[in-house]
Amino acid sequence: MDVTLSVNGETHKLDIEPRVTLLDALRDRLGLTGSKKGCDHGQCGACTVLVNGRRVNSCLSLAVMHEDDEITTIEGIGMPDDLARLQQDFVECDGYQCGYCTPGQIVSATAAIEEAKLGWPSYVSPSLADMGELTDEEIAERMSGNLCRCSAYPGIRQAIARAAEAEDKA
Amino acid sequence: MTRTFRMNEVQPRLLDETGQGIIGAPLVRPEGHLKVSGQATYAAEAKVENLAHGVLVRATITKGRVLRVDEAGVRDMPGVLAVHMTDERMIRNPAQGMMGESPVRDGKYIEYLGQPIGVVVADTFEQARDAAQRLKLEYSEEEAEVDPDNASETEWTDKEDYGDIDMAMDKAAHSVDEEYITAAHVAGAMEPHAAIAVWEGDKVTLHGSCQLVQFNVKELADALNIEEENVRILSPYIGGGFGSKLGISNEAVAAAIAAKDLGRPVRVVMSRQQVFDAVLRRTETTQRIRLAAEADGTLLGIEHRDRVSNLPNEGFSEPTNQATHFLYGGANRRYRQETARIHRNPSGSVRAPGEAVGMVALETAMDELAEASGVDPVELRLRNIPETHPETGLPYSARMLAECLKDGASSFGWDQRQSPRARREGDWFTGMGVASAARMNMLLPSEARVILTPTGAIVETDMTDIGTGTYAILGQIAGEMLGLPRELVEVRLGDSSFPKAAGSGGSFGAASSGSSVFLACKAIRDQIADKMGCGGDDLTLSNGLARCGNVEKKLEDLIDSDIVEVAQIKPGDTRKEAFSSGFGAHFAEVAVHAWTGEVRVKRMAGTFAAGRILNERTARSQCWGGMIWGIGTALTEAAEHDPRRGHIITRDFANYHMPAHLDVPQLDVKFLEERDDYANPIQAKGIGELGISGAGAAVTNAIYNACGVRIRKFPAHPDVVLEGLMAFD
Amino acid sequence: MRPFDYTRPENLEVASQALTDGATPIAGGTNLIDLMKLQIMTPEHVVDLTRLPGLSDIDGTPDGGMRIGALVSNSVLAGDPTVRRAYPVLARALLAGASGQIRNKATTGGNLLQRTRCPYFYDTAMPCNKREPNSGCSAQGGIARMCAILGTSPECIAAHPSDMAVAMRALDAQVEIRQTSGETRTLPVGDLYLLPGDNPAKEYALEAGEVITAVILPAPVSGARQTYRKVRDRASYAFALVSVAAVVKMDGDTIESAQLAFGGIGAKPWRDTEVEDVLAGEAPSDELFAKAADVLLRDAWTEESNAFKAPLAKRTLISALRDATGLSGETHFDMGDAA
Repeated sequence: MDVTLSVNGETHKLDIEPRVTLLDALRDRLGLTGSKKGCDHGQCGACTVLVNGRRVNSCLSLAVMHEDDEITTIEGIGMPDDLARLQQDFVECDGYQCGYCTPGQIVSATAAIEEAKLGWPSYVSPSLADMGELTDEEIAERMSGNLCRCSAYPGIRQAIARAAEAEDKA
Repeated sequence: MTRTFRMNEVQPRLLDETGQGIIGAPLVRPEGHLKVSGQATYAAEAKVENLAHGVLVRATITKGRVLRVDEAGVRDMPGVLAVHMTDERMIRNPAQGMMGESPVRDGKYIEYLGQPIGVVVADTFEQARDAAQRLKLEYSEEEAEVDPDNASETEWTDKEDYGDIDMAMDKAAHSVDEEYITAAHVAGAMEPHAAIAVWEGDKVTLHGSCQLVQFNVKELADALNIEEENVRILSPYIGGGFGSKLGISNEAVAAAIAAKDLGRPVRVVMSRQQVFDAVLRRTETTQRIRLAAEADGTLLGIEHRDRVSNLPNEGFSEPTNQATHFLYGGANRRYRQETARIHRNPSGSVRAPGEAVGMVALETAMDELAEASGVDPVELRLRNIPETHPETGLPYSARMLAECLKDGASSFGWDQRQSPRARREGDWFTGMGVASAARMNMLLPSEARVILTPTGAIVETDMTDIGTGTYAILGQIAGEMLGLPRELVEVRLGDSSFPKAAGSGGSFGAASSGSSVFLACKAIRDQIADKMGCGGDDLTLSNGLARCGNVEKKLEDLIDSDIVEVAQIKPGDTRKEAFSSGFGAHFAEVAVHAWTGEVRVKRMAGTFAAGRILNERTARSQCWGGMIWGIGTALTEAAEHDPRRGHIITRDFANYHMPAHLDVPQLDVKFLEERDDYANPIQAKGIGELGISGAGAAVTNAIYNACGVRIRKFPAHPDVVLEGLMAFD
Repeated sequence: MRPFDYTRPENLEVASQALTDGATPIAGGTNLIDLMKLQIMTPEHVVDLTRLPGLSDIDGTPDGGMRIGALVSNSVLAGDPTVRRAYPVLARALLAGASGQIRNKATTGGNLLQRTRCPYFYDTAMPCNKREPNSGCSAQGGIARMCAILGTSPECIAAHPSDMAVAMRALDAQVEIRQTSGETRTLPVGDLYLLPGDNPAKEYALEAGEVITAVILPAPVSGARQTYRKVRDRASYAFALVSVAAVVKMDGDTIESAQLAFGGIGAKPWRDTEVEDVLAGEAPSDELFAKAADVLLRDAWTEESNAFKAPLAKRTLISALRDATGLSGETHFDMGDAA
């Protein structure tokens, strides 16, 4: 069936079966292979994209359900010659090793920083009313939907903390 | 022409004399900008026209033959192009590391549930997956044993004895005699196994996810019954390996078969569940350790026996006691291993095969001995560091175990450690644990080409970067040697048309391939020295300038055409003169919930000495990774096998719990300055597996110190801890 | 995943008709797509409910309670200021579930209707009565770590995996259902679920064509201490081995009332008011809590591989109550505030 997807500000018309996931549409049909397939069941977070600014697992979503949505992938966050602040922090903090989960970590963290700004608490927030500081533990809980088998977790969270702090100051 | 250098004698520390000053520096990875933007291309992402999609078919019995494949209903499905079932070239399971030949093949015979027995190819992935799932098979099923505890077919290694451990146990003032059980693990690289096969005539190009390219070429050629010359493998980026991509795997063979038959490129990517089903796991182990000690804790002897499992005819047994041979002293020693031949999915190398689970048992036993003898656990380890290798008598090449233990204890605040159950805040107990780290070091043949151009340098080798930092360190070695900033060195990896490297595995990759780059650069330096009219020893290269005495010239003026050197390192006599291993010490502080048995790692620190550190940043990441795998071994990871069918039931990331962010605190990693002159000409040792070796035991020893519960069954899931806690009720 | 027809109706009536005709509803899709990829669910027609109007609001009710539209996402619900203030046990339970990504997609209605995570339900090489009636239950005699110990039957020992529904049971939530007639009926959340009995494949007390439109919470228990305690095999992003939702009202040094529900151990989100009766009017103590736990577990039926769940549930309940009543000396609870 016909579907129109808006990805990173560009409109794409596709003729696909309803069973094509958003992830497979991005990777196989649009050639946007920055979003990764690690488990295909929402258990690793490597496929994370933003839909209308909110992070979701693109593997657990049908492309046809995203007509009219604004989809942002890692390619829309920043490309090699024009990296976003958070991406630069990942490089600086060695917040990756093999690089496979990395786009998902970065897209997820981009949204997690926004969620914290909205004051959304997490399971580890001492108070639901006021989540307080974005501590390492807070970042860890909010990022636990993104697995990293190389286990670059310390560097990933250092990068996120740096970017969040920089945003705070900006 | 390839210059071959055999490591027959200790070499001068040239990298300490060179002038660029980047060796060891914590430079960021050159490929970082590609990885953080998703533009590094992994196997499944190679841009190939007219690609067809293959999906593997999974056997649903444990053992037996495929009698009939009902292809008819599937062949007619829209988009389906081919059904390849029971092809005799299909391999039973991925090759073991450095096998260099095809694994067992018999397209019709099934030896474990989940064995890939065919591939269905279609125009789209969705069509292929649907068809593969709907394919109906008829089997003739055979009885299969799947329980390692009750296997009728087992193989024993010969008993390896030094002195008399039974006598030592009899006269010991303190002893430990315990059994330790570790769960099976999976590598779980985030990138599932993937391959795209493209044929041109008789030649196939495989875009694969391969750790050991030169071996994988041989394995694929052998599986396909074609000549090695007709196989090219490209593996520039690999989404994690950890041993799981050492050997050629089912998806690569299936893609090659299907693509040849179809006359069209085919991509096959394992689903995550298929990776669990078919890729080599780390075996579960049952280990029995006996320690005999004098009154002051000095070891009289060690016995380390273990039982592991694997499929019949699979030539790998977890070298569980590997570190036990050389870590601690004691004249009386015994080892013996039993391998149960059962029809669980096959086992093989997973990060630090041997040490990863063997040291968990050994270092727990040492903690038990500390408790029994009343000697502080750090002190006990210090007392038992042997003068020379306790079995061969060889000296150690470089060993800073004592320094690591002392430095780690001091910076961790070990002196604040209290007796078990003494620290309790609310319903949480807190405690500290320690474990030694040791991972034996290897040098393997490795070859590289270095091209010095007037404007920079290019390194080419079929070495791989599985996240370990190869791109970074080879560029640093070449830059250091040739006097170039790293930005001017381009590193090209993972192409089998390049000189053959050791590959990524066993922590031998960096030092082996690094040595080959070093040697090629050294030959280039000699040529530059010639042009400068001085000896190589008098030459200084830095920032594109060559200096000899008072003469200084720009490299670009000195070189009119590219200088190309190919060099190969080979191990030599130095390994017979001294025993080389990395060493370290892990410290952990955990909280244990008094009611539920939940464990949280609050702090963890590792101090390591692994010879020359080539890039402090990527080395630190390697240690982070290893230590976190230790947390997984200690607390979260278990591949559970169905007791009737033998396959992994926890076959996805929701049921197999690798540590998530919240399981892991910020970790402290420190390197002690060391050079291992016997290891290789760059004095570096492997570090990819040192961080995991022993790490889990530091965590579980901390559990004991916190709440008095001794962990002998790993992982220490809440129920395991709870069982111990209830004994205090 | 098999091919299917996809439609996106614009109103509930059309959606309901499609469901009556055998279609399968999709909202967040985080469980359905997961199951369809494995051909555990093979719908021929999928009806997208996500664009239906009027199902995405959170409103107050006249009696001081709250009406949560079925399409409200788990993260919006957890972040809702009123939920955080008045129903903290629900906010905590939501935040204990899944990941930030999944909570953004998962809906209130879909979360209620998610299916078991029993690994044998997910493994098509193994018999499962829930997936394939009368094929057998592989979890029995298998790896039953994630399976239930309460409310099971010889046919099925699968656990319900939701955290949200556990908190909703403790809060006496009602499920609002649109019937095919267009009329609305409500059902206590506990009654939405059927125990496996002889027919584990039949999981909900919903008729064909019925649509969950909302969850209705009664007015909050003013001044109650609320906690959601979840024990799992890793610190985050894992299903519960055992979870406890507790809403405890203290009267000085005695327990005035306790509303308790349990996850990870029940064939459905579990509540047993006899457990609560043990506590009401009593002074908190470990012994009292242990007595309550023994009542909870009086009919527990365990497999070798999940026998630990009985003592773990007992001790998790004790721990949750120690926290909620202040015995542990820690303030691991949130005050529910009616204002």
